[in-house]
Amino acid sequence: MSEQIKFTIDGKACTTEKGTNLVKAAKENGVYIPILCHLEGIKPAGSCRICNVKINGRFMTACTTDVADGMVIENITPEIQELRKIIVETLFVSGNHFCPACEKSGNCELQALGYRYQMMVPRFPYEFEEKEVDANSNKFYIDRNRCVLCKRCVRSVKSKDGRSIFAVKGRGHKAIINIDHELANQLSDEEAMEVMNTCPVGSILKKERGYVDPIGRRKYDTQPIGSEIETINV
Amino acid sequence: MKQKITIEPVTRVEGHGKVTIHIDEDGNISQSRLHIVEFRGFERFVQGRPYWEAPVLVQRLCGICPVSHHLAAAKALDVIVGAGTGDGLTPTGEKMRRLMHYGQMFQSHALHFFHLVSPDLLFGVDGDPAIRNIIGVAKKYPDLAVQGVMMRKYGQEIIKATAGKKIHGTGAIPGGINKHLTQEEKDSFINGADPLNIEKMISWAQDSVNFLKDYHSKNKDFIDNFATFPSNHLSLVRKDGALDLYHGVLRAVDSEGNKILHDVDYQDYLNYINEEVRDWSYMKFPFLTEYGKKEGWYRVGPLARLNTCDFIPTPLAQKEFEEYKAYTNGKPNNMSMHMHWARLIELLHSAEMIKELLNDPDLMQGELVTKGEKQKEGVGLIEAPRGTLFHHYRINEHDQIEMANLIVSTTNNNQPMNMAVNHVAKDVMTGQSKITEGMMNAVEVAIRAYDPCLSCATHALGQMPLELILVDKDNNIIDRKRK
Ligand code: SF4
Ligand code: FES
Repeated sequence: MSEQIKFTIDGKACTTEKGTNLVKAAKENGVYIPILCHLEGIKPAGSCRICNVKINGRFMTACTTDVADGMVIENITPEIQELRKIIVETLFVSGNHFCPACEKSGNCELQALGYRYQMMVPRFPYEFEEKEVDANSNKFYIDRNRCVLCKRCVRSVKSKDGRSIFAVKGRGHKAIINIDHELANQLSDEEAMEVMNTCPVGSILKKERGYVDPIGRRKYDTQPIGSEIETINV
Repeated sequence: MKQKITIEPVTRVEGHGKVTIHIDEDGNISQSRLHIVEFRGFERFVQGRPYWEAPVLVQRLCGICPVSHHLAAAKALDVIVGAGTGDGLTPTGEKMRRLMHYGQMFQSHALHFFHLVSPDLLFGVDGDPAIRNIIGVAKKYPDLAVQGVMMRKYGQEIIKATAGKKIHGTGAIPGGINKHLTQEEKDSFINGADPLNIEKMISWAQDSVNFLKDYHSKNKDFIDNFATFPSNHLSLVRKDGALDLYHGVLRAVDSEGNKILHDVDYQDYLNYINEEVRDWSYMKFPFLTEYGKKEGWYRVGPLARLNTCDFIPTPLAQKEFEEYKAYTNGKPNNMSMHMHWARLIELLHSAEMIKELLNDPDLMQGELVTKGEKQKEGVGLIEAPRGTLFHHYRINEHDQIEMANLIVSTTNNNQPMNMAVNHVAKDVMTGQSKITEGMMNAVEVAIRAYDPCLSCATHALGQMPLELILVDKDNNIIDRKRK
């Protein structure tokens, strides 16, 4: 049998298998640590930092950390919550996010985090940077106005022979997501749908299906992001 | 001395109307103009967006009747996704949209009548502005005010059940609708606790018509003569000539009732309708191409619709329609203030339609969406509360909107509103050197009969902040009044 280890999150006694990723271990114990760039099952990138927690008194990204025996983790403290709120606000002002008309509204993780951390009016100035859309693929409409450069698409979407369909072009401020149209066109409709769901925001839209989920039945219409984890009985 | 009088609403909301009245040396009105100073640019910002976004994006043009834009855009996209028009949709798709639309009609007409118009009727056009508003109505006629609020609420709940939200929902998608009506929703609309059930709504709508008829019988001179002028009338009608607010063919009649546009397919609207640009207004002036700029302009809205249609396909409204038509001996009605009468008959018709639809099992089951062969271009028309609304889109090979053209109801009524202002100004201002509150309001009342979108910004509380400036021919301000 694999080795079980003990740790605490905000004082709550938790257990997990040795070597488990902290985000996953927390989930097993009914604790929600927010993620945005991370996706269970793919190699963590640790780029968005929304999953910041304090481990033994030091800030660390949960998605890139495996739990060790005896770890003392702080997850919900005013300081950490404020930090997460700042990250969400920064993402909002650096893109052009017009939630009211976006078809991902209600299913969007960024929007859901905005609600969770009670972002009212962002305290930072909007950048209103002009971003190009790419509509040339048969399968997808890529709206870079909404991209948060989480690179989930780059890391997880591969063609049958293992080639990346999405890639980052440029660096830093200039970085954008590019799509290989030829490879993308080979995806089936179901696969394309999965790709759309991989994107946490409304940047990758599958063509010819918009607003199919009625208001009231979208993912975050009835419960805030994370609450599905927090209500698990452990 | 040549003078110019400007009536300018100074509101806290952007987008408002301004009226200029030009007076010549002899005190005669030489010209009056309603300037629409709002400019929204939606036709530009939808360019490049994926076509399926249009119904959700473009409805943000308006907070009062977004459903009309939502549906007109969806209808245009039905054509683009190959579902065709009208009966191309599944029964569920078509009927859920109709329910949404009649819910919208019902709430919008109720709002307009109770909140915007009733203060003028109950307290008189030159009544004390301190009480001539919905608050005044609520104090003096509390039952009436409650009716207005509840009717609006009922309509809004219908919109929520079909579109997902009371304002700016997502229900109509290209080729259909994204949800069914639930049993629970249906039950609450049919048997809801008093007063929020359909029978009560129908009876209140009937009361409203009776109220107006009674008012009319006591104020014939005002209702029949205020801003009355002949015009053409345009609207959609059902193929068999019935009043149909959701779908139909395009028909126009002249002031005598002769058909001048013969039930044409609206996909070809550009063959029949043209728009004139005038340098003093952001709003264009549409006209029937065949009759030219001078003769071809027309009215849209409730008055026009009851002039173009042959009958109303619900019994109570049809009975009212017969009485209404008899008043003008079956000829078109050209009296601006009869717009209110027509609007209330439509209110009654909408309530009856809602009842009919609620009892239709198709709302609760069946396919939601149809698609066919993709087209590059599509036109969607609907009878919005304020009149015929045109949406026209063309897409490129990447599913992006390449061109959008919208003719909104208020634009269709641009020339008629100018005519109405001109008539009223001539009646009440000719030879006058002082401007009274009543005169200012008379101009407002004439505009308000057309229920232009700008009314939301100006009369919600009966207090339209106005600035009236009297200017001589050299542009010197010689008098200035503010309220
Ligand atoms: S397109 Fe979506 S998944 Fe890809 S980097 Fe941008 S936000 Fe992340
Ligand atoms: S989720 Fe851990 S850094 Fe983004």
